[in-house]
Amino acid sequence: MADALPPRFRPGDRVRVREAYPIGHVRTPYYVRGKQGVIERLCGAFPNPEERAYARPGEPLQPLYRVRFLQHDVWSDYGGQSVDVVEVEIYQHWLETAQ
Amino acid sequence: MGGLAAGPVERTEHDYALWEKRVDALMVLLHHKDRRLLTVDELRRHIESLGPEAYDKMSYYERWIHAITETLLERGVISVDELGRKIETIRAREAQRG
Repeated sequence: MADALPPRFRPGDRVRVREAYPIGHVRTPYYVRGKQGVIERLCGAFPNPEERAYARPGEPLQPLYRVRFLQHDVWSDYGGQSVDVVEVEIYQHWLETAQ
Repeated sequence: MGGLAAGPVERTEHDYALWEKRVDALMVLLHHKDRRLLTVDELRRHIESLGPEAYDKMSYYERWIHAITETLLERGVISVDELGRKIETIRAREAQRG
């Protein structure tokens, strides 16, 4: 088993998704880039798909988190309830601690 | 594609052409752990780097075979010349069949 990077976040931590637009194959959806959410759980650690997309091993493994966002924070014109959420699985290197 | 209206979901089963089944089988065989000649992320990168017009014009398995071809060329599993000659051979064969 390949080495995994240590997890930097815990459930409940507020995080911000990096607002970046690199080329290649990136799993982080555009609609959450630059948005803030809360770590819901750690899903494990997996090879970095951005490196796998260029046939490299993608190691060390990157921790993957399920991050919960309020729909209102994601879509400025969201018409639903204020408690509605969307959960997205995001790799650690896309997350920073929210201020 | 992301952010665009997707239209209705087609709920009926449709038949796949023989070539489409072959593309599917090719992907499985190349990805198999005994070979590891392609990663799913490579396929996605090639499909996502298609221009919007090409993306819309191609069918599902056309996008796949495009991505498989690009991957095999990049990795040196097949050469550009080899691919070109094979396509010529098949074109000639199909032309003969009419």
